[in-house]
Amino acid sequence: MSSLVLAEHDNKVLKDATLATITAAGQLGGEVHVLVAGAGAQAVADAAAKVAGVTKVLLADDAAYEHALPENVAPLVAGLMANYDAFVAPATSRGKNIAPRVAAALDVVQISEILSVEAPDTFTRPIYAGNAIATVKSSDAKRVITVRGTAFAKAATEGGSASIEPVSGTGDSGLSTFKGAELTTSARPELTAAKIIVSGGRALGSGEKFHEIMEPLADALGAGLGASRAAVDAGYVPNDYQVGQTGKIVAPELYMAVGISGAIQHLAGMKDSKIIVAINKDDDAPIFQVADIGLVGDLFTLVPELTSKLNAAKG
Amino acid sequence: MKVLVPVKRVVDYNVKVRVKSDGTGVELANVKMSMNPFDEIAVEEAIRLKEKGVVTEIVAVSIGVQQSQETIRTALAMGADRGILVVTDQPTESLAVAKILAAIAKEEAPQLIILGKQAIDDDANQTGQMLSGLLGWPQGTFASKITADGAMVTVEREIDGGAETVELKLPAVVTTDLRLNEPRYASLPNIMKAKSKPIASKTPADYGVDATPRLQILKVVEPSKRTAGVKVKTVDELVDKLKVLGAIG
Repeated sequence: MSSLVLAEHDNKVLKDATLATITAAGQLGGEVHVLVAGAGAQAVADAAAKVAGVTKVLLADDAAYEHALPENVAPLVAGLMANYDAFVAPATSRGKNIAPRVAAALDVVQISEILSVEAPDTFTRPIYAGNAIATVKSSDAKRVITVRGTAFAKAATEGGSASIEPVSGTGDSGLSTFKGAELTTSARPELTAAKIIVSGGRALGSGEKFHEIMEPLADALGAGLGASRAAVDAGYVPNDYQVGQTGKIVAPELYMAVGISGAIQHLAGMKDSKIIVAINKDDDAPIFQVADIGLVGDLFTLVPELTSKLNAAKG
Repeated sequence: MKVLVPVKRVVDYNVKVRVKSDGTGVELANVKMSMNPFDEIAVEEAIRLKEKGVVTEIVAVSIGVQQSQETIRTALAMGADRGILVVTDQPTESLAVAKILAAIAKEEAPQLIILGKQAIDDDANQTGQMLSGLLGWPQGTFASKITADGAMVTVEREIDGGAETVELKLPAVVTTDLRLNEPRYASLPNIMKAKSKPIASKTPADYGVDATPRLQILKVVEPSKRTAGVKVKTVDELVDKLKVLGAIG
């Protein structure tokens, strides 16, 4: 049994999602190797080689892999899979884009967004937006798996001393071209990595109010800033703020929901947070059924008060 | 150009699903079924491309139990031109579905296949990627904007850190995200008209596909429940509680 993990990176930095994926791969038993497919990504390979539990890093450094186009990366992975029993990718937008294409090439069904490894061929995974958890057993010869990052501990970034081996694939398929990306730049922590998250809902009323009320609170807590689908659909913030079934799945130490009623699709994205705080004017809002601490009242007065008291407490 | 739109019959978005007491699955008896919401967005996008004159014919395909015909009728009432129903009583697993769709694509030769990024029952998010892989076509997953001309389709994609744009050679597969469009409701005259639109009935065997599931579901359980905590009256109380829990310094 040996596993190949797809590294999540931006050609410079190895992303945390990779670390949880390495932990999951380790639970399958056997060696864990990491594939870094990118361009000018030596630093990522160096970082991956230091991760505890990794015994080899494969570096495919080619302009064709710079933007992780699945038409180019999937054939590379499929070619390497002759030597492995499992391909394990983080359930990020990139992992979800590439892994099923690998599965099709290997003629296996992907096991999506696993929450636990019960046995090397048996896993739990959420279905129906997390309203049910299925235990599934694969009968395929090889496994293709995506891993929900919040369900596994992150492997330590130090302690490993893996060798780095260059590999090459078929390069550019010529089928697709990367034209550009608009990435949200923020000094705040990324949602999937943040220890504290504050999220705003439709009750904030406008984009201006969202920023005016939520940003100082996020800054006071050093928190990542998220939003409900309703706030995103209303245009208050861009789509990558969305926490929920179809947005980001998060599980921080502290999740503060402001003006969010708690639609089931939102709860699916944050209910595994350690402590949940809800501030909402509707005493009957479903969010209070999952909140550890609830505060009923007008967010426009309560949140600025909270922000100033948090700042005062910091001195 | 011709567009193929696969549509899946799933438990309606608004139904609160219940896990069966014997742990074999979720309760599907007497539950309202509808078209997968992401597939509705796919049908709508195909219709908009037809209204722009880019698309000439829309073929809706569904794979599943006989009642999946109703899902195709919904697509036809929205504006699709004809349907293909592939009947099977086995659970429909992504790989088998992708293989059947690939066989249909070889027969029908569409330039574009638009489908939902995931079905809201098994949440697998893999059929579109598998289909494009099997066909050797490019894929534009999680689309928030689609622009198609004769030889290329440009897809804006929702990704973790924001958005990105890719250009794909046709033929191509595109999977839809939530914000691509808002699907229309079918009007009563169009629902009536849809009844006379043709639906071909097939089986997986017609396409030479063995649809035997590869994943065995050992059990299905409810997720662990959170219980409601306490309500506080003031911001000071909230701050104190958070300090006691060690959530803030």
